[in-house]
Amino acid sequence: MKKITTPLTDETVKDLKAGDKVLITGEIYTGRDAAHKCFMEELDAGKELPFPVKGAIIYYVGPSPAKPGKPIGSAGPTTSYRMDVYAPRLIELGMKGMIGKGMRNQEVKDACVKHGAVYFAATGGAAALIARSITAAEVVAYEDLGPEAVRRLTVEDFPCTVINDVHGNDLYEQGVKEYAEA
Amino acid sequence: MRELDVVEVTKAIKELSMNSNFEIGEDVLAAFNDGLENEVSPAGRAVFEELIENAKIAKDERVPYCQDTGLAVVFLDIGQDVHLTGGDLTEAVNEGVRQGYEEGYLRKSSLDHPLRRKNTGDNTPAIIHTRIVPGEEVHVTFAPKGGGSENMSRIAMMPPSKGREGVIDFVVDVVRQAGSNPCPPIVVGVGMGGTFEYAAVMAKRALLRELGKPAADSDNAEIEKEIFERIKKLGIGPQGFGGRYTALAVQLESANCHLASLPVAVNIQCHAARHKEVVL
Repeated sequence: MKKITTPLTDETVKDLKAGDKVLITGEIYTGRDAAHKCFMEELDAGKELPFPVKGAIIYYVGPSPAKPGKPIGSAGPTTSYRMDVYAPRLIELGMKGMIGKGMRNQEVKDACVKHGAVYFAATGGAAALIARSITAAEVVAYEDLGPEAVRRLTVEDFPCTVINDVHGNDLYEQGVKEYAEA
Repeated sequence: MRELDVVEVTKAIKELSMNSNFEIGEDVLAAFNDGLENEVSPAGRAVFEELIENAKIAKDERVPYCQDTGLAVVFLDIGQDVHLTGGDLTEAVNEGVRQGYEEGYLRKSSLDHPLRRKNTGDNTPAIIHTRIVPGEEVHVTFAPKGGGSENMSRIAMMPPSKGREGVIDFVVDVVRQAGSNPCPPIVVGVGMGGTFEYAAVMAKRALLRELGKPAADSDNAEIEKEIFERIKKLGIGPQGFGGRYTALAVQLESANCHLASLPVAVNIQCHAARHKEVVL
């Protein structure tokens, strides 16, 4: 188990290998389909992104509403490939990590290798369990998007697994290679 | 003729929408425990540990098992000797969804239009499948459906010459292509025969069957078994981390079809396989 803190640095990212179990502590930002579309519109218009992108981790999640007294509702990952069209541009700008579930396309994997970024998977469905590692949540942009708004999450030992590392490895491909039978 | 006030339907939907999101089925938990014991991949077994713990937290704290609390899919089997009173049945269902999703702190994931994409704010309208059946009962099933697994579903209108092997190959291929996306270990619902739209609804209904219970038709049960064994060999495993438990079950239903057709619909369901039923 490797413990890492945000914002991520090149050194931290280099040390991570596909298959590593990782605990993340610090601040991460949420964003999924609609928010990513807004990010691109901001960039196209020459504006700043609503979060500090350098070293950032984006978590692909649309949490359920928080019950009274809780920072957040259930908060597991959504499927990542829908963000594949947007991710390389953010990686080029210095984003260092993405958390989601499911396969990425070659463009995202190449961007991870070229610019030094990592794709993590959190356990899809384990949303009540994952929420326990989120200690605070605050909407920082696009509140009108509801569950899709951008939130700053404070996390402590947030559990995930490295899928795509900066060395070009892919845990999903490795897993199938190891366990597939003809 | 029995009279039933639709407010009873509202109450039922409200409770089912919450309970189906907080408590996953005993059959699903049994399948998790089986996976925990028998999955060959250590990463896969670790996933089952997390899923079992997650189910316990969700049930004990009455919070959603998954943040994607789904589009509200409702099956109503209405006895033909029931007279529904007190208002519009569709509105009664939607009111139940509205109340359940609000009171249960469930996520509202319904958008008004596929391209305009504005959130309706209360997870309505529900997707309602109604059948008129003999008797004077109303069976209400609530099956919240997440987007991640639904997106991996496919339908094929095959030439009949493809036959049994063609059906099996298609289903296995859909699962292979879905890979780690739909939160494996998945439940695979298959609708074979009927027409284009009927095959898809059958595939969804197949997901409502108790896990591990084979199809009533013995040929269908054999095909389920064969697809299940083929899926095991794909190596995708829990969450796609590698292993044998890519699927918890394959559940196939069939219907008559046109002499020119062999429709096959595959509805992929995530491991939570949420659905709850009451009889009114």
